[in-house]
Amino acid sequence: MLQIDNLQATIAEKQILNGLTLTVNAGEIHAIMGPNGAGKSTLAYTLGGRPGYDVTGGSVSLNGQDLLALAPHERAAAGLFLGFQYPVEIPGVSNVQFLREALNSQRRARGETPLTGGEFLKLAREKAALLKLDMEMLKRQVNVGFSGGEKKRAEMVQMGILDPSVAILDETDSGLDIDALRVVGDGINAIMRKPDKAVVLITHYQRLLDYVRPDFVHILSKGRIIKTGGPELALELEEHGYEAVAA
Amino acid sequence: MTLDMPTQHDEEWRYADIASLAGVALDNWTDITVAAGEEHSQCLLLEAAASEVLRLRVNVEQGARCAIFAVNAASDYARLEVEVVLGQGAHFELGGVTIGGGDATREIVTRVRHAGQGSTSHQVVRSVHWAQATGNFLGRIEVAREGQQADAAQDFKGLLLTRGASANARPELEIFADDVKCAHGASIGQLDESARFYMAARGISPEAAKALLVQAFIADALAALDDEAEHERLLGVALASLEGAAL
Repeated sequence: MLQIDNLQATIAEKQILNGLTLTVNAGEIHAIMGPNGAGKSTLAYTLGGRPGYDVTGGSVSLNGQDLLALAPHERAAAGLFLGFQYPVEIPGVSNVQFLREALNSQRRARGETPLTGGEFLKLAREKAALLKLDMEMLKRQVNVGFSGGEKKRAEMVQMGILDPSVAILDETDSGLDIDALRVVGDGINAIMRKPDKAVVLITHYQRLLDYVRPDFVHILSKGRIIKTGGPELALELEEHGYEAVAA
Repeated sequence: MTLDMPTQHDEEWRYADIASLAGVALDNWTDITVAAGEEHSQCLLLEAAASEVLRLRVNVEQGARCAIFAVNAASDYARLEVEVVLGQGAHFELGGVTIGGGDATREIVTRVRHAGQGSTSHQVVRSVHWAQATGNFLGRIEVAREGQQADAAQDFKGLLLTRGASANARPELEIFADDVKCAHGASIGQLDESARFYMAARGISPEAAKALLVQAFIADALAALDDEAEHERLLGVALASLEGAAL
């Protein structure tokens, strides 16, 4: 479903990804863990196509399509969802307006009929309820004045509405208290744990993995995956730290 | 009546496109009196293809209110000048937008004289330009000796979408009373890159993202315009100039 081969990327000519290879099949959940500076967020942004993240080698395909040849908004329409570690505030634009524009842009790009206002609101209400986010929050400006936890729940509502085939979630667990962590974890499972979808969870900690149980855990270090295992690898990391486990 | 042609040495015309003034009627004054206790609201569109100077003299009598909303989206030099005298307890509201590309200069110039006690004024101007275009706001606030407890606020923000565009802001205060509130702010910036990428990551095309962000940016200027149909009309004219713009 998502095939990353020998991916190399730089930021301001500094090499961050050094030949990263990862195969994610439909129905799988992968966790990528690693110390600060390992290249976790760079991987997410490079896959999303953020300006300033330059691919210098390797390839990425999403559902058989050359992902790197697509503009960022085309990647979203092709089924990629990037969950932001720091969701961006957009003053003056409501969540409803933002998400309706996003969903309908994607639908038009795929040759599907755009949703009407009523159809969209029904869908938004359903996904907001799933994440226990008050519908009133969605009428407010995008992420403006949202707490850390609300921003992350709003991200998952976005994911629910946009219904991607592959989600790359960059530290979606950061800034969440225990209750919010459970809600977000349940949300990820409800939206993405399906035979035709896949998730890459990028995280520092084991705790989200208690709720969203990964099929594979990878350790990222110095821009490449240096070790792969099952869920037990995350527990091992939690207990002994990166240095001991990666050695 | 022949008027002397202004030059760039005149402070009031310092940023104007003097060369485009040839043949333009400068004595095109419209006089408006808002009688004591009355309310007057007016929407103005400057969208002509030829140079235009529109001048308004407004006398707002005791306890009266005057609101002017203007969109200057002309394709050649266009200048809106509003001269206001406020009586006791009178209020003046201005929501102004200058927007466009090409090499045109679009100006809004105001002189608000707080002549009576306890008069108030509130001006919000947003300027969005690209290509070689220029947006100017010259706002002068005068508080006469009799204008105690005047409350004047002026807020200008400029958004430059491409290199080569410019904006000039010149707030000016002349205060002869000692018990007044005068606030003014001016800033000039460009579109938020992180908001643009966030929108792209959700599937919104660069053009649609730009339109949404510009709409959000100019929203403040039209926020006080309650008439929904007029609001739509002004916003529509402002955003229409974005369509087809090479950005």
